[in-house]
Amino acid sequence: MSAVAVQTYPDYGQPLWKRIFLTREMAIIALLALTLLVASIAVPHFADRLTAYNLFRDMFATLIIALPMALVMITGDIDISVGSMVGLSCSMLGLLYASGVPFELAMVIVLLIGAAGGLLNGLLVTRIGLPALAVTIGTMALFRGIAVGLLGTSTITKFPQAWTDLTKYEIGQTGIPFIMVFFVLLLGAFVYLLHFTRFGRSVYAIGLNSEAAAFSGVNRERTRTILFVLAGTLSAMGGIYWTLLRGTARGDVGDGLELQVIAAVVLGGVSVFGGLGALHGVVAGVLLIGALSSALRLVGVTAEVIKIITGVLLIGSVVAGSLIAWIQDRRTKPAPAATGG
Amino acid sequence: MTGIQATQDRVATVSIGSRLLGLLRRRETSILAAFLIMVIATAAVSPIFVFSPDGWRNLLLNPAIYMVLAIGVAFVIITRSVDLSVGSTMGLTAFGVGSLYIAWPGMPAVVAFLVGTAFGGLLGLLNGGLVAVAKVPGMVITLGTMYVFRGANILWAGSTRINASQMGPDFLAFGNAQILGIPALTILAVVVLVIAAWYLHNIRSGRELYAIGSAPEAAELYGLPVRQRMLMSFVMSGAMAGLAGVMFAARYGTIASNAGTGYELQAIGAAVIGGVAITGGSGTVIGAAFGAILLATINSALPVLGIQSFWQRAVVGALILGAIILDRVLAVRQKRKLIAERMEP
Repeated sequence: MSAVAVQTYPDYGQPLWKRIFLTREMAIIALLALTLLVASIAVPHFADRLTAYNLFRDMFATLIIALPMALVMITGDIDISVGSMVGLSCSMLGLLYASGVPFELAMVIVLLIGAAGGLLNGLLVTRIGLPALAVTIGTMALFRGIAVGLLGTSTITKFPQAWTDLTKYEIGQTGIPFIMVFFVLLLGAFVYLLHFTRFGRSVYAIGLNSEAAAFSGVNRERTRTILFVLAGTLSAMGGIYWTLLRGTARGDVGDGLELQVIAAVVLGGVSVFGGLGALHGVVAGVLLIGALSSALRLVGVTAEVIKIITGVLLIGSVVAGSLIAWIQDRRTKPAPAATGG
Repeated sequence: MTGIQATQDRVATVSIGSRLLGLLRRRETSILAAFLIMVIATAAVSPIFVFSPDGWRNLLLNPAIYMVLAIGVAFVIITRSVDLSVGSTMGLTAFGVGSLYIAWPGMPAVVAFLVGTAFGGLLGLLNGGLVAVAKVPGMVITLGTMYVFRGANILWAGSTRINASQMGPDFLAFGNAQILGIPALTILAVVVLVIAAWYLHNIRSGRELYAIGSAPEAAELYGLPVRQRMLMSFVMSGAMAGLAGVMFAARYGTIASNAGTGYELQAIGAAVIGGVAITGGSGTVIGAAFGAILLATINSALPVLGIQSFWQRAVVGALILGAIILDRVLAVRQKRKLIAERMEP
């Protein structure tokens, strides 16, 4: 009768195709395919090239931040300061460039600020032993406060054309923005890191059983700190992207982005208790939220409704996950009274 | 065994001096000191901050809404959970009460307060129910409902605002009333505080919240109704947010769809700064209320001290981080002390 849902390893007694296709990730991918299909038929202009182009451009920041967030959540931590870090890096980039720092150098400095912010989160969590939620609630307020404090109500709108144009290029006539190449490279790096390295295996090990991982020689503190640094750095990258996309630096950029990222990661099959999840599900989760939003926008639904839907998706996916776990639990244990053995 | 004996001996020989020392060590004392320093420094820059009828009134009135919110959130944090939706609940309730006045202009103020609190409690019940059904951290569910409630509010309100002229005169009069120079809303907040503090300190189900927060598994094994109590703490948090929403409507008289945005951070910040440990099981609502008083005073003092109000969130963040680090250091030191005492013959 533990309050925490029991985590299970993949059942290696099952045939390979079952292990690959009958998973949470595949369910989300199927749901994404269904959404795309229905929207293409039912929603006018959804199948247009421009829709895909805008969808990718809108979701790019969410996509790149969801990668480290998935890893952070697989270890059982959480980082709700990512939206504020996007805002902070956006206003820092604007201020640095406006004060005469060369743009390329400004971007590097902003990435370092992101890494430093992530390091602050990571050290407070691992060295002082504070819960990740508490720390990142604090830094969420701190980063956002600095971001809006530095800029106030002013905005910076002059950025180098060559860089802002970078977000506009399209690959041929495919409707895929050029920047997606960058995302695919990042995704490849994260897939390699998570699924093919010792480091990646230790991420799962920590999430499944932190004590056991430590006894098997996993450096928990180092691993978790690195993940927070990655989350901070990629949030800063998201902030840079946002600045280039809109050509504007403001302090309130990325407000509520943490919801979208966390919703997508949970929707994509990462357990909120850690230890479970894979990146293809996470990417599908982000794209599902993006596809639903753009389909709804085409039908004329406002941004607020989309926020409601994101919230409902977040709640729905965790409730559904728990229900599935409960049903499986009932099936494997037909007689709940016989727990004495 | 010897540890318990030693503790009993120590309790028996507690002197007035060590009690005084204990009082000095309490979180409330350091917050009070920070509050006084803040007020004195601000009054030195601009005396009207304290020494004018308006300044005095605002100094007492500003913390009232934050206090009520922080009390509610403290109930949830004590059980080792968190409620991020209180700001949205507060906004939705404020708008709901305003809309109710448009539908029923003659509504008595008492009804407005009761309906608002009940409505907030209902939203809290939704949070608590989802947390109980899904068995996931309250943070995930309430992050979702925070946006759902806010979105519903914006959808409902659109760009319309509810103005003072649309609400009952007795309702607005209560929002601005003073009894013996103390604003009525502040008195209301203090009454709520006293009841909540008494409940958590003396009533069995209140003590059970601490038990659940300190060791959820142990509480479950011991046979405490963990789910029921968790549900109750979320209902309480929602009801307090609802009450705060009604107070907001009564005080400001103008309600837009963004009312209460960001208040969840203030409320959680106030509770955490006031010594309600985010790891559950410790802290008091009095501490949370002190935290709220400090934050509300910082909010109004920053512009007077020449710091743009935009920086206020950064101050809140830094204070939250400082408070949780302090909590942790104190807990580690306490643990070491207890181990050292057990080692002694």
